[in-house]
Amino acid sequence: MNALYALFAVVVLVLLAFLGVSAAGLQVVFGVIVPYAAVSVFLIGIVYRVLKWATIPVPFRITTVCGQQKSLPWIKSSPLESPPNGLWTAARMALEVLAFRSLFRNTSISLASDDKAPGGKRIVYSANFFLWLGAIAFHYCFLVILLRHFRFFTEPVVFFVPLVQVLDGFFQVGAPVVYMTGLIILGALGYLLFRRFANPQVRYISLAADYFPLFLLLGIVISGILMRYFLKVDVVKAKELTMGLIGFHPVVPDGIGSLFYIHLFLVSALVVYFPFSKLMHMGGVFLSPTRNLSNDSRARRHVNPWNYPVHVHTYEEWEEEYRDKIEAAGIPLDKG
Amino acid sequence: MSSEELDIKPEDLLKFDYDPPKQDWMDPSVAFRKGTYCYSCAPKHLEYLEMANPREWQPHDKDWKLPENWKEIVFEGMRDRLSKYRSFQLFMDICVRCGACADKCHFFIGSGDPKNMPVLRAELLRSVYRNDFTAVGKILGKLAGGRELTEDVIKEWFYYFYQCTECRRCSVFCPYGIDTAEITMMARELLNLLGLNITWALEPAANCQRTGNHLGIQPHTFKDSLEFFQDEIEDITGVKVNLPISKKGADVLFVTPSGDYFADPGTFTLMGYMMLFHEIGLDYTWSPYASEGGNFGLFNSHELMKQLNAKIYAEAKRLGVKWILGGECGHMWRVVNQYMDTMNGPADFLEEPVSPITGTKFENAKSTKMVHIAEFTADLMKHNKVKLDPSRNDSLRVTFHDSCNPSRAMGLLEEPRHVLKSVCNHFYEMPENTIREQTYCCAGGAGLGTDENMEMRMRGGFPRGNALRHVQEKHDVNRLACVCAIDRATLIPLADYWAPGVVVTGVHELVGNALVMKGEKERELDMRGDPLNEMEGDEDV
Repeated sequence: MNALYALFAVVVLVLLAFLGVSAAGLQVVFGVIVPYAAVSVFLIGIVYRVLKWATIPVPFRITTVCGQQKSLPWIKSSPLESPPNGLWTAARMALEVLAFRSLFRNTSISLASDDKAPGGKRIVYSANFFLWLGAIAFHYCFLVILLRHFRFFTEPVVFFVPLVQVLDGFFQVGAPVVYMTGLIILGALGYLLFRRFANPQVRYISLAADYFPLFLLLGIVISGILMRYFLKVDVVKAKELTMGLIGFHPVVPDGIGSLFYIHLFLVSALVVYFPFSKLMHMGGVFLSPTRNLSNDSRARRHVNPWNYPVHVHTYEEWEEEYRDKIEAAGIPLDKG
Repeated sequence: MSSEELDIKPEDLLKFDYDPPKQDWMDPSVAFRKGTYCYSCAPKHLEYLEMANPREWQPHDKDWKLPENWKEIVFEGMRDRLSKYRSFQLFMDICVRCGACADKCHFFIGSGDPKNMPVLRAELLRSVYRNDFTAVGKILGKLAGGRELTEDVIKEWFYYFYQCTECRRCSVFCPYGIDTAEITMMARELLNLLGLNITWALEPAANCQRTGNHLGIQPHTFKDSLEFFQDEIEDITGVKVNLPISKKGADVLFVTPSGDYFADPGTFTLMGYMMLFHEIGLDYTWSPYASEGGNFGLFNSHELMKQLNAKIYAEAKRLGVKWILGGECGHMWRVVNQYMDTMNGPADFLEEPVSPITGTKFENAKSTKMVHIAEFTADLMKHNKVKLDPSRNDSLRVTFHDSCNPSRAMGLLEEPRHVLKSVCNHFYEMPENTIREQTYCCAGGAGLGTDENMEMRMRGGFPRGNALRHVQEKHDVNRLACVCAIDRATLIPLADYWAPGVVVTGVHELVGNALVMKGEKERELDMRGDPLNEMEGDEDV
């Protein structure tokens, strides 16, 4: 049901753009006003969210330690899993952000029968790289595709674009050359969606907010692929529009094709949705206190800015309360 | 220590599958079935601790007698905590529900209840957050994953947040480091604002506030207990160990969980400490005022944690010691390693810890000035400062249970292993998915280790028990060593249930067995008073 809501929402977005451009002739709205508004919401939204997080204190050093602490000199520590200082913490974070380290650890369990064990069952652990693979494939493809799109926003085209294009089209299949990332991202998104349906636990926990970005991204990727390989739009005119947006001299050339506007509108929807959604994990991952703090709180004091005095039952009160018993037991008293 | 046996057979307990029910998780209805929840705390303890809404009630009652403005209290409590803890705000915002944590929770693995998946446990709170604290949720409500806060939601919170042992295993696997323990701690604070707490978590805290330890042991009884163990040691070894109590100017204040001087098998571990300190001539002292290392405040609120923890520094200052040594305890070390210095420091009246025996500087503890006994003892053994006869433990085939907090809140993995391998010849690891940072909880942590909760404990204990059974089968393991007082109580019924024949032991109990003391008589008995090297149970080697 949640998936249907999400799919419905994306279909509505597609239809809105299609009808808006082809029937109502609102090219200016979908080509200029919406993108500007969307990017504004995106930037303001992200800055607001990150600043809000960043201004909330981190009262305690609650590192999740995943390896041997640095203690005695002859014990080999695991600085990446239990970072003893800021530098190692940065390295741990880099692994987390760039390689999805924690997700790589993923395992799955199943129960096998075992006559000898009480209960007759045994837990079997197996490595489970699929989620990691799907996630990393999606994110890196998204990055490459984003970089490739700089050819629409720079003139002359910025230096890394041809490089990325050559690498991405390495196999030189088809004309225009097929970019691997387009296919891989489709596969990755397809898998991430598939597991939301196929895995009973994941299906159970999935909200509309989990399906919506997947459908939206699929819509963006599919419309992009259609534009490039099948229902070709006029790239020169499209670039005229995007360069106009970037240079704050918006122009709306005729005859780009409504598919372009659908693509652009879905992207606009994504960036508007971003700051209000779980997609903010992109910024959040950098701020997560269990990962971005070192495990050195016994060596270096962590300060809680809102630390406050509490009602402690003091030694004096305690001694007064148990004076007779302390004395009878022959334990030294402070006030004899 | 005897515990109630669970009258459900293991094969019946495991009659469930992991497929979620038809019922939508947003439906908050919870059946309080006996054996799966803990009882409420008596009002007198709430009154003593000046906590909210003291009254007689039980979770299975229909009317929980909430304060009239309970909703307002919860929202205000959430608002306050969202602005004070970045962790809480962030963990409410960034979960993508990828499900990597789902099968990492021992309670899920042993019950199949989907609300024991860490992601869903958090969603119970997160859904209310979305509904009332986010713009999208306020507009779209249920469509945005929002859920109205009702009394049933509160009951569900109570059930599931007192069905989380704050072990942090899920947090190891989360790509954003979302820590369910943190969310559970917030939820329990909110529940406490309404007077919803459990006796096993709160009564010990009240005792500790008053007497200095969870068990409510008063100073004269404290001394009696230690003297009793002094006599026991003399019976076993012929050596009368020293017993310094409230000794001003000692080098070291020693603090250990009260379970160690209250009940077996912790007491055997305590005897191990006393023998070791005597043998190396450590100038140390016990304190009846700070007679608790454990901190059940942690299981209720940050404030209560701080209140109880404050006594340790206060006593160290009063006695004028140089630094503090801490015994084998799990959540105690979460507090010491991650909270103590921040909450109650700086401990500038103490010196940076140096072992008077080896001269080793414990640089990793130079600010907090508190050293873990496994660090201290491993250092002694590495420098050959104690004479050991590991063959005295030859009848024991030992495995090691990493306790949640020393592993995932501290990284104390190799120190206890070094000690164990120094004092016994037969040591075997459980499977790698079940030890070190991936270790499983005993399912009785965070105040849940009570008999009325036995079914849930055995369910949650299944992954640990299963791994234990594996090494019992494969290597004839007959001893499960650990460095946690809660473990020493809760792993006993767990082992009896899932791996019968395995006996639970503290690490320093085995040190006590192997320690060759100056002037000792021919050792015939182990720490338990049983003949040395006689097999336990029916196991044969």
